[in-house]
Amino acid sequence: MLTRIRAPEAAPPVKWTGSCAVSLDGVGKTFASTRRGGLAVTALDGITLDVATGEIVALVGPSGCGKTTLLELVCGLIAPNVGSVESARAALMAQRDLLLPWASAVANAAVALRVAGVKRDEAHERAAALLRDFGLGGFERARPDELSGGMRQRVAFARTLLAGRPVLCLDEPFGALDALTRVEMQGWLAGALARDPRTVVLVTHDVEEALVLADRVFVLSPRPGRVIATLAVTTARPRRRTDPEIVALRARALEALGA
Amino acid sequence: MIALLLVLVLVGGWEAYAQLSGIHEIVLPAPTQLAAALYDDRALLWSNFGVTAGEIGLGIALALALGLGSAVVLHFSPPLRSALYPLLVGSQTLPIPIVAPLLVVWFGFGLAPKLAIVALVCFFPIVVPTLDALERVDADQRKLMRTFGASRWQTFRIVEAPFALPGLFTGAKLSVAVATIAAILAEWSGSEEGLGHLFQQALPNLETARAYAAVLILAGFAVALFGLLAVAERRLLPWARPVPLARLSRGMLLR
Repeated sequence: MLTRIRAPEAAPPVKWTGSCAVSLDGVGKTFASTRRGGLAVTALDGITLDVATGEIVALVGPSGCGKTTLLELVCGLIAPNVGSVESARAALMAQRDLLLPWASAVANAAVALRVAGVKRDEAHERAAALLRDFGLGGFERARPDELSGGMRQRVAFARTLLAGRPVLCLDEPFGALDALTRVEMQGWLAGALARDPRTVVLVTHDVEEALVLADRVFVLSPRPGRVIATLAVTTARPRRRTDPEIVALRARALEALGA
Repeated sequence: MIALLLVLVLVGGWEAYAQLSGIHEIVLPAPTQLAAALYDDRALLWSNFGVTAGEIGLGIALALALGLGSAVVLHFSPPLRSALYPLLVGSQTLPIPIVAPLLVVWFGFGLAPKLAIVALVCFFPIVVPTLDALERVDADQRKLMRTFGASRWQTFRIVEAPFALPGLFTGAKLSVAVATIAAILAEWSGSEEGLGHLFQQALPNLETARAYAAVLILAGFAVALFGLLAVAERRLLPWARPVPLARLSRGMLLR
């Protein structure tokens, strides 16, 4: 057994004053080129947005509009060049499931708990209970290569939830799935969030996905990303893609995107 | 099946040549004479095999411990890596036939110089794939661990170390092949026992069949050790098993 050496708890790089779960004020982020003489890339420019506690917001925009950068700012993985980012502690779920290929579903789901110092048996027990809630009963011992894409994303989502953070940053969580599984997983995610409400920042390039899941949708421009439209969705859940408001807002969002 | 057939054909051809060409057994013993030597000298071969097997086994174990330790240290410290990596490569360019006698002068005729030489030769093929595998862990995977608040050490233990295990196995398998050669070179540079020593004594005594028997045993031992590692790898790291090429090509044929 290896001894555990814990680094001193680093001060969270993201401040949080508590008024909103997430608050971005005039945030800009520019990346210097990695090549000498290359051009710097401005990923985000003048982003201001607030997310209330328990709110689900979605960010939609074309590829390369800095959506992933925005989530990394909220999670405190990078710092902005200008403006300020405030957020309660956030957990990130990426498009790729990033499951450990040697570990069982239950061990993968329990990773964040193990990092937090929860004993193995207790961590696995909690993870297994959540996996059963997610319809993965009987697959607790399966390795990732034995699971389908949708099942793997559910394991990844269980891992994100078990991190116990008030804010979830979901980066194209269903981007790697086929269209049918995607729709199924969107319904499933809406249900999971209804049972265990969290503040959610969802990044997607699928306007319908954003409208079906979120309370508010921010439409971002191509690089550098700026908020060019904010759409509030009021239709009660569970929503369908054919609900009149969804259809109308979809047209507005696509218009803002110039599509 | 085909491999077995090929071996049979080769051995049969060798036997036929040795019998029919009238070549003297001191120059080229027939397989039957080799088999006789294996049987007649079994006690002698066995005791010397034990010595050489010990040198190889302990040498590889030493190289594994040092190699794994070095890979982890270099992985954790980039400045140390850039400082020591050239030295590491340099250690691999040392001509062993020249270094071996110097080590014998230094350490004497016992086990120590043999271990040093086997470990020196095996160190490099273990460090390089292990370090490589550690470096190649997905950057997003590390990022994810950071969002969970994982310390450097936790990220290593939970993510990086298991990812590097296939690299360590690759290194161990490579080192088995070179360890045998290293052990023989070490014995030739000065020793009183071992299969390499036996080989060296057998030739001037015109015991050619015995020398061949020693080589055969060594080759068999290296193949067995390699096979053992391959089986252990399949058992311990089932997730790292590549998709068999046969299955891929069969699927392509069907289309």
